[in-house]
Amino acid sequence: MRALVASFALAVCAVVPAAHAAPPPDLARPLADLGREDAAARETAVKALGARNDPKLLPLFEALRAGSVYVWSRPGAAPQVVIGGEKSTAGDRDVMALAAAYGAEPLGVQAPVAELREVPVDRALRLVIKPFIDALSSRGELLDPDPAIRRAAATKLGQRGDLRTAAALREALVTEADRWTRATIEEAIAIIELGRGDAAARAAAATRLGALHSANALPALRAARDVPTAAAAVRRLERWQLFGTTIETLFQGLSLASILLLMALGLAIIFGLMGVINMAHGELMALGAYATYTMQNWFAGHLAERWFDYYFLAALPFAFLVAAAVGLLLERGVIRFLYGRPLETLLLTWGVSLIIQQGLRQWFGAANVDVRAPRYLSGGVPIMAGVQLPYNRLFIIGLAAVSVAVMYALLFRTTVGVKIRAVMQNRQISSCLGIRARRVDAGTFALGAGLAGLAGCALTQIGNVGPELGQNYIVDSFMVVVTGGVGKLAGTIAAALGIGGLDKAIEPGLGAVYGRVLILVLVILFLQRRPSGLFALKGRNADA
Amino acid sequence: MSPTLTRRDFLRGTAAVGAGLAAGFNFPAISRAQGGKEPIKVGVLHSLSGTMAISEVSLRDVVLMAVDEINAKGGVLGRKIQPVVVDPASNWDLFAEKAKQLLLQEKVAVVFGCWTSVSRKSVLPVFENNNGLLFYPVQYEGEECSRNVFYTGATPNQQLIPGAEYLMSKEGGGYKKFYLLGTDYVFPRTANKILRAFLKAKGVPADSIAEEYTPFHHQDYQTIVGKIKRFSAGGGAAVLSTINGDSNVPFYKEFANQGLRAEDVPIMAFSVAEDELRGMDTAALVGHLAAWNYYQSVSTPQNKKFVQAFKAYAKKNNLPGGDKRVTDDPMEAAYFGVYIWKQAVEKAGSPGVDAVRQATYGQEFLAPGGKIKMHENNHHAYKPVLIGEILKDGQFKVVWRTKGLVEPEPWSEYTSPDKGCDWVNHKGTYQKA
Repeated sequence: MRALVASFALAVCAVVPAAHAAPPPDLARPLADLGREDAAARETAVKALGARNDPKLLPLFEALRAGSVYVWSRPGAAPQVVIGGEKSTAGDRDVMALAAAYGAEPLGVQAPVAELREVPVDRALRLVIKPFIDALSSRGELLDPDPAIRRAAATKLGQRGDLRTAAALREALVTEADRWTRATIEEAIAIIELGRGDAAARAAAATRLGALHSANALPALRAARDVPTAAAAVRRLERWQLFGTTIETLFQGLSLASILLLMALGLAIIFGLMGVINMAHGELMALGAYATYTMQNWFAGHLAERWFDYYFLAALPFAFLVAAAVGLLLERGVIRFLYGRPLETLLLTWGVSLIIQQGLRQWFGAANVDVRAPRYLSGGVPIMAGVQLPYNRLFIIGLAAVSVAVMYALLFRTTVGVKIRAVMQNRQISSCLGIRARRVDAGTFALGAGLAGLAGCALTQIGNVGPELGQNYIVDSFMVVVTGGVGKLAGTIAAALGIGGLDKAIEPGLGAVYGRVLILVLVILFLQRRPSGLFALKGRNADA
Repeated sequence: MSPTLTRRDFLRGTAAVGAGLAAGFNFPAISRAQGGKEPIKVGVLHSLSGTMAISEVSLRDVVLMAVDEINAKGGVLGRKIQPVVVDPASNWDLFAEKAKQLLLQEKVAVVFGCWTSVSRKSVLPVFENNNGLLFYPVQYEGEECSRNVFYTGATPNQQLIPGAEYLMSKEGGGYKKFYLLGTDYVFPRTANKILRAFLKAKGVPADSIAEEYTPFHHQDYQTIVGKIKRFSAGGGAAVLSTINGDSNVPFYKEFANQGLRAEDVPIMAFSVAEDELRGMDTAALVGHLAAWNYYQSVSTPQNKKFVQAFKAYAKKNNLPGGDKRVTDDPMEAAYFGVYIWKQAVEKAGSPGVDAVRQATYGQEFLAPGGKIKMHENNHHAYKPVLIGEILKDGQFKVVWRTKGLVEPEPWSEYTSPDKGCDWVNHKGTYQKA
């Protein structure tokens, strides 16, 4: 379609009408009949065209369905059936670029809209057109450069095709290189044979479907009770499906855990290490998300199209820095006067969260904004038959792992980390030893805030970006930190894994609503038993 | 005469001046009243703040635009319409309070308002006890039949049933298995009850129907999409979605990323319209479907005028978004509701509630989406039903539409076959013989 539009654009520039292939002579009549007033004549014409099975007619059928086929009656020439393209204005009248009905090559003319009459297409005609489009387009799609489209076409053919389609699929299999597409094509062939072949072919197809772990074939196999090998194939498939579901659930748990961890990591530092109940943590995430949005718009506005996908890589550090800067401002401006007064900081940061929210609303508008997923974070990688891992989730798992590793290295392998831990353990003695406690405070707070910004940036690939973004995540963040044990990074990690895994393990059975309720109940019960969380601080400064 | 100014003199003087001023200011108003030309007050009851503001502000805008248009053409019965806008702030109790204020203090002739069912239920007793008149513009779950409300949005049989019917039709793809997915509140629950009954009546076996709900603001759709994937194995499955608001983006994204495509497993949405698609990354939504009674892309001359007029109105009045604003189904329903009321007032010859109610029955109007007609006795509207496919720019392409107008059924024939709604021959909801 894009090529079609592009060719129209070219046609606008061309002065000389492009030469185009004339339709075979026996098609001229049905093509002309399409323009007739009589609905029955149009239907007969479409059937005659469809029977040709000619790929060059596909654009015409598609245009017919979209209602962009016209009869062009210009003065001094016979009326002609054409495909309409882009509309534009030339002088004071509306004109439209036209393409030939056969082959859809641009005619290189701009016809006044007044000379065009739309070929009416009703439901009855669409019903006639659809199978022709399906047959023609799936054949074309089997050769598409995008493997996902090839797979979808094969699946579709497998569900609707006949033995002749199976031959076409076998042909496609010869040149197919992609492993997963090959499996899909083989599956489609086997499904067709299971439905329509002779007894021996059906038995072989059933066995092959079992070997292919084809979930798509399960209903057909269950129905094929007369095929002796079907029962074994069904059993094999069901075993495989259980295996696949387990893998999938594990991945889902890991993915949710990584999101929780990324959200809670910043809070674990600000709340856990510094003891500041930061109600604005969610809004710092929202700032990170809006920083991503800003970066995306900057890329779209200032750089060439091909660089656009890289905006996300630039947005990651940018979101970190924006949130860290706001965090620094917050710490220097107000929070440093309130250390050791948790209730006041709670109220204050809550107020700050409202201010940030309203500020975002004023600046960007109350409606959600649109952050587009870069191409490398759309779609997923198939790892086994029936299981595909989305790239955005894989990326977030990776980001969470890297963030945790960097935080560990920073806190336990560098001098800065030693200072941070020293100040958090005992401010007075650290000061006596020459550590500038105030600066460490500010830096630590900014670090925690920056991590929140990073989480916000990553979350743009999962959910919405709006002023209320923070509100959706703040409760989860606190839940993870408190369950894990305040002041322990390892506790936060364990809690994120535990809650994420448990949530995904419960959800298939109970549903999202009750799953959520049960998780909250479990967390409450757990905290009743162990008020200080999974990993409690021990020793003299436990309640400092 | 004493040269000193006494307090009494001063008071007398200022009183005289005050009276003169008051008389001067009141003069035009008095003359209007004498000529019978005082404006007719109408109430606008939409949330302008809080969670629902994102949807309801557009309805206020479009109602005020309709009022402006009518006033520019001389008003109703030679009288101008004066809108009284209040903000119930997405707070259900406040809806009732503000409705009372509009009816008793402002004495408005009619109120245009509400979006969520819970807000409508909250104002219902106010309108019924004070004999007010409410025009409600949003598709809803039905099962209601109030003498004091006219419903210009779709009833279940004007949206849900055609949506499912389309998917089952040969042209729609001949789908045989349905996954009913919704946010956990009254509309999706009732909608799915009706859909389930309908599918059962059409012979879809119970194991080919799945039903699932998520909390508001749900973000993690991994498990559900995984379930849909297994449910749809073997083909022939579609999703009927009543997911609300901000959960849609994570859902559609996860759907696309796990490798499900609109061509194989289409999602038919009943709560996603153009206004919601503003500010969404639509890439993952392209090709999925929605069922409504109107789309901005409907190509009628009056719709082109309507869309242009609204963009111009938004720009002229400096509304956020300006001429990038879009129109959608509830906005069209809110817009033609104002005109239906105007025509009814003209037919009745007065804005009195009882006369207007009688005059509204059977009222026709050439709405942006095509001609609509108010029902002869059940307070809802005959509407066309359109299936739209989501395009990349957040607009819809109409892929199918009903031949004519669909009669509204406040009580679904599938869940309450014995009930009907009729305010002419019966007293509202009645038992069918």
